[in-house]
Amino acid sequence: MKVRSSVFASFILILEGIGVALFLRGFFPVPLKSSVSSKNKLSDLPVEPLTGSSPNSSRLPQPLFKRVVIMLVDALREDFVFGPNGRMYMPYTRHLVERGSSHSFVAKARPPTVTMPRIKALTTGTIPGFIDVVMNLNSPALLEDNLIWQAKAAGKRMVFYGDDTWVRLFPKHFMEHDGTTSFFVSDYTEVDNNVTRHLDSTLKRDDWDILILHYLGLDHIGHISGPHSSLIQPKLMEMDDILKKIHSALISKEAEGSLPYLLVLCGDHGMSETGSHGGSSEPEINTPLVLLSPAFKRKAGMEKPGVVEQVDLPPTLALGLGLPISLNSVGRVIPGVLEETSLRDQLRFLHLNGHQLSCLLKDSVPDYEKEAGFEQFRVAEKAHGSWMKLFLEGNTSEVLSNMGKKVLKQYVEALAAMSSALSKQLGKYDMYSMIAGMVFVFQLLLVLLLAMPEALSGDAAVELPVLSALLSLPFYLMCLLLASVHVLVCTSAESSCYFCSLSWGLVFAAVAFSSAMFCILVSLVTRRLPLGARIHGKSPLRSIVSEWSLSELDVLLLAGTVGHTLSLAASSFVEEEHQTWYFLLNTLCLAVFQDVCRKYFREQRGTGDEEESILPSKDPSPKAEIYSEKWLALATPPFTLLCCRLLRSLNQTGVQWAHLPDMGHWLNSSEHRTVLSLLAAFCLVFIYLLVQRRCSWVSKVALALGLLGVYSYRAAVGNVLFPWQHSGRTTSKGTMEARFVYVFILGILFTGTKDLLRSQIITSDARLKSRGLWEIYSGLVLLVTLLFRAHNLPVLCCCLLIQTLMAQFIWKKLHYDAAQTTIMHYWFGQAFFYFQGNSNNIATVDISVGFVGLESYVEGHLLNGPQHLCGAPTLGVPPGLLPQLTERQEPGCSRPWLLLSGPAEVCARCSLHRAGDHSALPSLHMERLFTQITVRGHAPAADCGGLPLLQHHGAEPHCQ
Amino acid sequence: MWDHEIRAMASTHAILAASVFMATVLPAAAVPGFSVYGTHLLWLYSVSGAVTAVSVAVFWLLGITPPAKKHTVGYKLSRLFRSCLYFFLSCLFFHTVVVLYGAPLIESALETFSLSVLLTSLTTLRCLCVLGPNVQAWIRVFSRHGAMSVWDTCLQITVACTLVGAWVGAFPIPLDWDRPWQAWPVSCSLGATIGFLTGLVAAPAWIHFHRKQLTYKCK
Repeated sequence: MKVRSSVFASFILILEGIGVALFLRGFFPVPLKSSVSSKNKLSDLPVEPLTGSSPNSSRLPQPLFKRVVIMLVDALREDFVFGPNGRMYMPYTRHLVERGSSHSFVAKARPPTVTMPRIKALTTGTIPGFIDVVMNLNSPALLEDNLIWQAKAAGKRMVFYGDDTWVRLFPKHFMEHDGTTSFFVSDYTEVDNNVTRHLDSTLKRDDWDILILHYLGLDHIGHISGPHSSLIQPKLMEMDDILKKIHSALISKEAEGSLPYLLVLCGDHGMSETGSHGGSSEPEINTPLVLLSPAFKRKAGMEKPGVVEQVDLPPTLALGLGLPISLNSVGRVIPGVLEETSLRDQLRFLHLNGHQLSCLLKDSVPDYEKEAGFEQFRVAEKAHGSWMKLFLEGNTSEVLSNMGKKVLKQYVEALAAMSSALSKQLGKYDMYSMIAGMVFVFQLLLVLLLAMPEALSGDAAVELPVLSALLSLPFYLMCLLLASVHVLVCTSAESSCYFCSLSWGLVFAAVAFSSAMFCILVSLVTRRLPLGARIHGKSPLRSIVSEWSLSELDVLLLAGTVGHTLSLAASSFVEEEHQTWYFLLNTLCLAVFQDVCRKYFREQRGTGDEEESILPSKDPSPKAEIYSEKWLALATPPFTLLCCRLLRSLNQTGVQWAHLPDMGHWLNSSEHRTVLSLLAAFCLVFIYLLVQRRCSWVSKVALALGLLGVYSYRAAVGNVLFPWQHSGRTTSKGTMEARFVYVFILGILFTGTKDLLRSQIITSDARLKSRGLWEIYSGLVLLVTLLFRAHNLPVLCCCLLIQTLMAQFIWKKLHYDAAQTTIMHYWFGQAFFYFQGNSNNIATVDISVGFVGLESYVEGHLLNGPQHLCGAPTLGVPPGLLPQLTERQEPGCSRPWLLLSGPAEVCARCSLHRAGDHSALPSLHMERLFTQITVRGHAPAADCGGLPLLQHHGAEPHCQ
Repeated sequence: MWDHEIRAMASTHAILAASVFMATVLPAAAVPGFSVYGTHLLWLYSVSGAVTAVSVAVFWLLGITPPAKKHTVGYKLSRLFRSCLYFFLSCLFFHTVVVLYGAPLIESALETFSLSVLLTSLTTLRCLCVLGPNVQAWIRVFSRHGAMSVWDTCLQITVACTLVGAWVGAFPIPLDWDRPWQAWPVSCSLGATIGFLTGLVAAPAWIHFHRKQLTYKCK
């Protein structure tokens, strides 16, 4: 079957996308759920265990607390309260922790330490995954079983003030609420005053049962100036005063005989040394949890706070309020809170928690009976039953209390074991889906590589032996084999598996497709091998060996790619990945420099006996031109090195050195706004000069106006200054200006597409095609310019400049083949990703990009189809293959295997995931992958890696 | 004749390696509180000084340096002056490259410059001794098939080993192990020294085992 190579390429790319989607589905662990929308009901509660039966025992024990006030301070770090500075920051709280009737703990938050997943954890008791971070920005209502729902169902009246994420998660749950938006990070007083202003009146009233306060100011201060800023102390003192106010109000309301109150002070996540959050470092995950209630024993002095999980709070609160524990909660009740109740109630509480956990375990782990925790729980339940029997018989001896304590201990151990088994389950990968996705990707890639020479030859069509493959015996054997493997894996699967849950038709299609691909692959290989032998006239082995001769550059490219992959086995190298890329890029530039020197100095000395090709001497260009060209070529690598060094000091990223001062901060401070304005203006002009060259005059004008619009957008947002107005204008969102730019972007893209279509359909004019490509390219550049932050414009500028110089003087003149050029583009793209100040830390994802020109955040912008996947680092290769397939010339067919290094990297990374026994590593990698996808998904074109390729492509037809 | 040259080379290298060891051991006895990590710069200077002195002496005694065309004192002085100039320029060159690789520009300039002095004394100085202050000859030796004698090949190998050693030495810097040898520029200078020692061993060995294949063009 003959297929046109463009059809072939797009077909393969789409299927690659599917394969990668399958892989990612397996890579990001799915939240474990017994079922999404079912809720735990009071009537479903288990009966109190008792050997023999007795009526009326499935009720809950008396609730412990009447009213609960939860004061959640965003980004409250553990050492702000318990640390040596705690006495100074929060004197009243510290006094209560040391002397009052309180319990204090360090609650460990699970990564990602971002507000929305943390709120989910605090209300549902589940451990939300990285996927939930995307939802952080536009949170839909929470449908899972949760504490708030349970409270509402039980008729509790709730009042909420603070971050409006809560209001969106729990619409109509609160009797009264006032949400504040957290997006204006520069505001740290107003957000908190909005919460506090309601406090006095609310505390006086009696018509509520649960009051939730979410203070955002501290988090905003952290984002602005870090945990050691001078703003921190006043803010914490303010929080301390609020706590004091609430506490005294609660004490004054306290009536004899009624149930006591509970005041909870907690943080949703901590704050790293740079003031951000999202990752998994110690200061980010350790939050304080202080429970204040007259029901607790009075403390005698400062004790070291115990360590609990953040998810332990919801079951504790639920039991304390007499509510059922939410179904999916993996937390276990904090035993210290129950200490003052009767032994019977304590055991009952623990039994309820244990029952809920064991149900969840039953639903999510296939061989739950083998779990140690489950077994322990069964034993404890039995012992509990016999204890109850004794108790009801009226036995009050020492034996009874000793036995009760033993049962208690058994329960606590069982809970711990079950909880950890469930958390482990959450961190599991879906290996089968991952492998299946990987196999697809590799098969397609191999087919692509094998078909490449044919696809790029004159008639631009690929002969795919589809029919013969479908009719061959191996095809059916493969189908049978794969189907049986599928059945085997799915029936014996230990954990839930996405690929198994697909419908049979889809799975069969996938199996048939995979085996057909395999057959096609084999037939392509057999066709290629003798062909190679005939052309070279030697044994095929010899010709392969001769292809494998490597220049220093190849060695560097291969060693760099392999080395980078290996380096990801160390967590520090993941955190500091930018260092690796800067280092490799520098070395690459030096190697290229050496190549250039060798070429030009060789020639000058005129040793004609070398086999290296000398410049094509047929074009009679004057000598002066050659000389200027030579010096430009010689100057390019040092210039690139210089640019990279300067850009490197623009943004400090990573973890270890992130706190160092950098140019970006300097430029963004208000006293240097003039400098930033000048720099931005200069960059915009420069970008215009670089990009406009080959566009039509309409696009040129549109581009110029668009860039002007970008500047006025930045001025409107308040980043830069207009020369004619110095102050006295309030900053707006700049929506109008941004939309103005969007119009021009669309216009340019439209013109470009039109030109391209015309060149394809009406006239096959190479000039027109090149112009169309350039116009699309300049439209994308304009989009990126709009989305980049003002101080990052030099990054874009340098990227374009380096790209132009490299393409003009190095890649073409030194006859680098497509494989080498692609890998170099990939390296440059990676380095420029980090030059913008991005890192693998989820905290550095710049969400402000999602707001440019929009009134409110639109998620579609983020989850934007396939670009989002193409930008992922693991897929550096498919976009790299594109220009080759469409270039229609003989590119680096001699060494297509160089390109294999990319997918090989993916493979090796996956095996590293499995091999890595470093516990933090998988989560680090997940964070890395996720961050990169998000950043690139946000601004698909902002990925500099993609741009040069397009330009490379765009430049090509013109020069033919 | 080849055996003779290889033997000469091996003994020269043995002397050089010994000088590196002496430069590490002797100050430890002479200076109180001397250690490779603690007083790193001192160690660095002592190694580069020792290597400089020994190479100049050994290569001058061996007489590999290309014979001067003129024997006037002025010419010799100018050669000496040019050699010193090249030495200094090479220090600046290495310094620039290291800064481009990301070393802080101002903060630890002394450390960076010391590293570049060490690199110069391990690489450029040898070139100066073997080839003289003659840029054309340097370019010839370091282009692809440019070696014209055993000494040229040896030079290529040692220089490459030293530079690769320094390059590899930069790898552990981002790791969060907090070891003393991760401080700038300890790992790089150690890497360069180890690379240099490896090169000293590897060059005669490689030449010895490849002496059948090695053919040099016009000498």
